[in-house]
Amino acid sequence: MVNFTLNAQAVEIDVAEDTPLLWVLRDKLGLTGTKFGCGIAQCGACTVHVDGQARRSCVTPVSSLEGSDVTTIEGLAASAGLDEGALHPVQSAWIEAQAPQCGYCQSGQIMQAAALLSESPEPTDEEINAGMAGNLCRCMAYVRIRKAIKIAAASQSEGTK
Amino acid sequence: MTKHTDISMTRRWFLAVAGAGVTSGLLSGPASALAPVGQTLGEGYEPTVWYAIAGDGKITMHIHMAEMGQHVGTALSRIIAEELEADWDDVEFVHVDTDPKWGYMVTGGSWSVNHNYFAFSRAGAAGRMALIDAGAREMGVPAEECSARNSKIIHGDQSISYGDLVARGAVDRQFTAEELEAITLKPASERRLLNRDTTARDVPEKVNGSAIYGIDRTVEGMVYARPVMPPVRFGSKVASWDDSAAKEIDGYIQTVEINDPTNTIQGWMVVVADSWTAASNAVEALEVTWEGGSGLQTGEAELMAEGARLVNDDAAGSLFVLEGEPDAILSEAETVHEGEYRTHTVLHMQLEPGNALVWQDGDTWRVHAGNQWQSLTLPLVAEALEIDPSNLVFETSYLGGGFGRRLFCDFVIPAALTAKAIGRPVKMVMSRSDDSQLDCPRSPTVQRVRSVTGEDGALRVYDHACASGWSTVPIAPGFLGDGIQGGKVDPFSISGADHWYGAETMRVRTVQNELVHDTFLPGNLRSVAPGFTLWAVETHIDEVANALGQDPAAYRLSLLDAEGRNAGSAPNAVGGAERMREVLKRVIEKSGWANRGDLPEGTGMGISVTAGQERSMPTWIATVAQVRVDRDNGEVKLEKLWASIDAGTLAHPDGALAQAEGALLWGASIAIHEGTEIENGLPRDQNLDTYTPMRMHQVPELDIDFVTNDHTPVGLGEPGVIGVAPAIGNAIFHATGARLRTIPIRPQDILKALEA
Repeated sequence: MVNFTLNAQAVEIDVAEDTPLLWVLRDKLGLTGTKFGCGIAQCGACTVHVDGQARRSCVTPVSSLEGSDVTTIEGLAASAGLDEGALHPVQSAWIEAQAPQCGYCQSGQIMQAAALLSESPEPTDEEINAGMAGNLCRCMAYVRIRKAIKIAAASQSEGTK
Repeated sequence: MTKHTDISMTRRWFLAVAGAGVTSGLLSGPASALAPVGQTLGEGYEPTVWYAIAGDGKITMHIHMAEMGQHVGTALSRIIAEELEADWDDVEFVHVDTDPKWGYMVTGGSWSVNHNYFAFSRAGAAGRMALIDAGAREMGVPAEECSARNSKIIHGDQSISYGDLVARGAVDRQFTAEELEAITLKPASERRLLNRDTTARDVPEKVNGSAIYGIDRTVEGMVYARPVMPPVRFGSKVASWDDSAAKEIDGYIQTVEINDPTNTIQGWMVVVADSWTAASNAVEALEVTWEGGSGLQTGEAELMAEGARLVNDDAAGSLFVLEGEPDAILSEAETVHEGEYRTHTVLHMQLEPGNALVWQDGDTWRVHAGNQWQSLTLPLVAEALEIDPSNLVFETSYLGGGFGRRLFCDFVIPAALTAKAIGRPVKMVMSRSDDSQLDCPRSPTVQRVRSVTGEDGALRVYDHACASGWSTVPIAPGFLGDGIQGGKVDPFSISGADHWYGAETMRVRTVQNELVHDTFLPGNLRSVAPGFTLWAVETHIDEVANALGQDPAAYRLSLLDAEGRNAGSAPNAVGGAERMREVLKRVIEKSGWANRGDLPEGTGMGISVTAGQERSMPTWIATVAQVRVDRDNGEVKLEKLWASIDAGTLAHPDGALAQAEGALLWGASIAIHEGTEIENGLPRDQNLDTYTPMRMHQVPELDIDFVTNDHTPVGLGEPGVIGVAPAIGNAIFHATGARLRTIPIRPQDILKALEA
């Protein structure tokens, strides 16, 4: 039995200890916004936040999460104090840049970008390269992902002035 | 199947999705309610099957093409709305499930906009005509004095909305195929939507996790499954298996041997469990021995050697193009330019692995899985299930990448046969390595090009032979064409070699490499044949230009005479090679090509010009690549790509640009970042640790422009891929003098070429 906080709600999970968080989210809890791509932490499609840090949920055993605070794409906006149905500034930027193509990697890209921006509010191109290199976009929508990160950075900096 | 059935069926899906969220007991309502896929069809007045106008004014387009990143619903809806004179804010669309009334369902070949352009335009125009007649009647004025605009029929200062006309029951005209065919479309000067920007309607649900892909669906009573992959694609049989270790895994249910009546799936088993992780762990714990297996020892080198043998055997294969008598000139020529060009195996690596949810619902079997070619897969799965195709429905969902992999959804069969065997709904999900092992990779190719030039550099002979696996043979042999002097040709394995350069004589020979077919199932990969044939054409032409001491860009312009077979034809190729010259001139100008001699040491520019996806549907693209090569370690840095594109009218310009961006980077990725080789009958690289598509830090600067015109829209998903590899190879030559004739280009290949 593992207890942790998921998108601001307490959850109690009773599965085999080595079950990756990804499959608990998707198959036990019905949170399918987090995607399965490679299973070996190489594509980033399964990225969630654990205690505010980007984490590949496909290699995160659920047993390691006791007492942790987990946020998925479905809870990202609420984690920033926004109302249900509202969009996180990174999600809004993704729409403004029309970043997604097939969209399958985008939950992971957005979660990674949100974590990057919380560490580096105005990331340089090099910081974006380093921060996003673990997230594959097979449609290769990278130009717009970079653009969206810059839009989000600008809007966040606007909001804090 | 009637429309009524369709509605009730999609409603059931909607409820099933809604139910999935409730099981956790902690989730808010599923956001999938926002998804356009799988919702009910539009209601109200339907001039044709393609859309419905409701009494509240809402206009719902019915999209039968799969959404896999191209925002196809937005593009196709714009085409209908343009002629319908609909207010774009009134327009919604749904992606539909399989029903014979939609006609042939395939999403590929960069065809969606082009192939549906006239039918959808006429469907929109038909609605407008009927609404004008109805509006005139209601207002008591002559129809010829009325106009349609923004979902209203207007006469002087009075008007009536489309919604009101439908609500009053004032419009019910249906159009026959003949009537639709006779409709003349409005002049381009009257357009209000096409060639004008808008945003893609599928984007919002792709940023909040609510978009439903094949892998995301659940139904009541469902179990999870993962396949056990055979050693190779063909000829393996399970000899024995033991699941005693698997039985120790909590949640393991059983293992099913797959006996496929269609013989598509050979030597597979499927492990069923109450969670995917349990199924996956049980697969690893299962002990299986197989007997047989075709190509167990075959590797890339043998496939290439066979290809080389075939291109050098003039009697092998069939002719795709023959103009004049090339042999007469070849035999007497003092100089023959000759090169052998190779491309290695490429994998799809669409990020959503193969998966399918299959269940029986009364007499009907239902499949939920991303699918690019429903009209191919549905009859095959019906045959495997031994049911009538009318009792099988493929529901639609978003595709987590297609790129050609989901043209052949062979993986639906083991999921379906498992569901049949155990009598429960089964969701089978492949691991990444399962997916890669039996991907339908792009075949390795070997190509030989020979040419003879006249005194002025004009082509007297262009002679191209290509040996590869033929993607059409295993899955859709009915689509093979006839060779010019007998035999068969697979256009999807040679298209592009029939280029737009003028040539006194020309021959294109295509040979099926049977050893490829004995080893794996060669598939279609984004850009299909032009993705490899143009590697040969555009590298060879560059070599000829350099051999003649001519500027490679100017030489290309000199060959584009736009005469004879290259003059073009209506509706898709109006202007012919003249439009190719235009994009070439544009890219020469904007890239600063004339000053490329001033680039720093080790930096070079290369050019290419292409017209994918087919001669009958050319998207004219000229590409320039700038690279910097490190002579010490052979590393290539792709600094910038310029592309000038003429794709005719753009249904959704920003979507067109997005496709071009992704396609250019795909081309670069195939040229210098990814690719694999066959080892012991399987791709060597099966996951994203060693199979390495381009990542963020490797993205070059992009400069893309579109020619603005009103020509018939053509394709955009693939054509941008085609010219990038040769532009990069030609740039490496310009930078270093090293000529690369094989992709992917690896640092060791450059070092070797530099030594030569």
